[in-house]
Amino acid sequence: MSETYACHKVSEGVIEGDVLISTDDFCFYLVDPKTGVVIEKNHCLEGQSIADKILVFPSGKGSSVVQADGMYQLKMTGKGPKALIIKYPDTVLVASSIIMEMPVVDRVPKSFYEQVKNGDKLRVDADQGTLTILS
Amino acid sequence: MQLTVEEQEMLDGKYGKGTQIAMKIQVALGEVFDAPKMVPVSRTHVALSNQEADLWFVEKLVNAGAKCRVSPTVNPGFNLEYFQCITTISKEDEQTIRRTRQAYKDIGATLTFDCTPYLEKNVPRFGEITAFSESSATPFINSVYGARTNRESAQSALCAAITGRTPLYGFLLDENRKGQVLVDVQADVKNDFDYQLLGYAVPKKLQFKTPVFVNLPTTPSPAALMNLGAQLNTAGNVPMYHIVGVTPEARTIEDAFQGDEPERIITITQEDLDQVHAEITDPVGKIDFALFGCPHFNLNQVAQVAELVKGKKLEVKLWIMTSSLTKELATRMGYLETLQAAGGDIVDDTCMDQPCWEFLYGKKGVTDSPKCAYYTKRRNMQFVIRKVEDCIEAAMRGEVS
Repeated sequence: MSETYACHKVSEGVIEGDVLISTDDFCFYLVDPKTGVVIEKNHCLEGQSIADKILVFPSGKGSSVVQADGMYQLKMTGKGPKALIIKYPDTVLVASSIIMEMPVVDRVPKSFYEQVKNGDKLRVDADQGTLTILS
Repeated sequence: MQLTVEEQEMLDGKYGKGTQIAMKIQVALGEVFDAPKMVPVSRTHVALSNQEADLWFVEKLVNAGAKCRVSPTVNPGFNLEYFQCITTISKEDEQTIRRTRQAYKDIGATLTFDCTPYLEKNVPRFGEITAFSESSATPFINSVYGARTNRESAQSALCAAITGRTPLYGFLLDENRKGQVLVDVQADVKNDFDYQLLGYAVPKKLQFKTPVFVNLPTTPSPAALMNLGAQLNTAGNVPMYHIVGVTPEARTIEDAFQGDEPERIITITQEDLDQVHAEITDPVGKIDFALFGCPHFNLNQVAQVAELVKGKKLEVKLWIMTSSLTKELATRMGYLETLQAAGGDIVDDTCMDQPCWEFLYGKKGVTDSPKCAYYTKRRNMQFVIRKVEDCIEAAMRGEVS
């Protein structure tokens, strides 16, 4: 049984992966590029790896350069997430994602957030604007 | 998004591969934010970081033949020649800063290497549409001058510099510049340092809304406004603020809220400021150095420090980071000589979040800037945070109590 939800493309790409949900805003500079583990103190994902996950979180945070610097290092080591699903896009996160070729979507219906849980297999099709929970 | 013929030609590659990459990124940005069209920008500022991604992106554009139509001022990396005189710079760090300088020169940037271009080299007029990155610059442009910019990333600002355009959305539009939350300041805000604490205390209570401050002094110094914006964007993400009776889009409360009611009212008390101060400072004790200039000090701030150390001896080394333009003036005014006689110095073209400070890693300093203390945590530098007068007193004793 798979369920499909509409979404809006921020940065292009089609990918499948496992869901990891962050209730806190996210700064990619505060992730260890060698392991993909979140090192930000008191962050809800502190100590967990975001490598190869489809990361669901509210919004980006951090100065005008650190998101790109953090994402770039993760891209180089291959320890970054596969895609991002966000609620509140800001210029810094959006520009960084497009430049680093990271698939990102926003404007996801409430019903998706009620349904999705950590570990779900998800297909993100930013180009078509669809999210499918596969299992 | 509706593009003009020229913009479409940029996107199609008629102006070269580099311009095409920049325009492609900007069109994607515009589509995300539902921008109906592009608008020309007349000023830009790029917050270069002299780090991997920054260098990778600017070199990629240079290699693709990009040239800036609107030459951006740029942030500091570090002053290689200065630091080679006082410490050892690794071959790798030397290579990186040399490549950063070369790439930004090649792309047609104006090499100011300062984070306060809005004070002396890149000053917009009211209503002017610009693309500024750098967390202290964006709020100053929007709030103090009433010019318009989104909170650009270093890379999106560079794209705007190349194409001379930016997508029309966000803080470029009247309706999005409206104040949302009324901030009633009940604390005793009397000097530039109090604005640092105020800026750091507010975002936690604000949640991505535009603040409108009331009950603040009506004659703040430029440094006070610079400090407020810098800290609002260290503790949070605030591209614009209003101060009723001070900033140009807030002549009155009604003006600031564009006739609407505030969504919320929050109060900041002296206790809030004292509490945030206690939270962000490292413990008192012996110190190894004093560091000022995050954001870069202006000439008045340099003069203040020079006056405080005049004819005295510092127990620990003291640096003021500033722009080369301000350093030149400080030299001419005799401030540099006064500072050096006391055991301090002025270093231009330099940011605190750079590898040139490696000789201070693991040591403790004193500074007036919460932003300085926050970003250097990754470099294992400790900071006691105090107002400038108390920092100088501590630097003369070698200890903060």
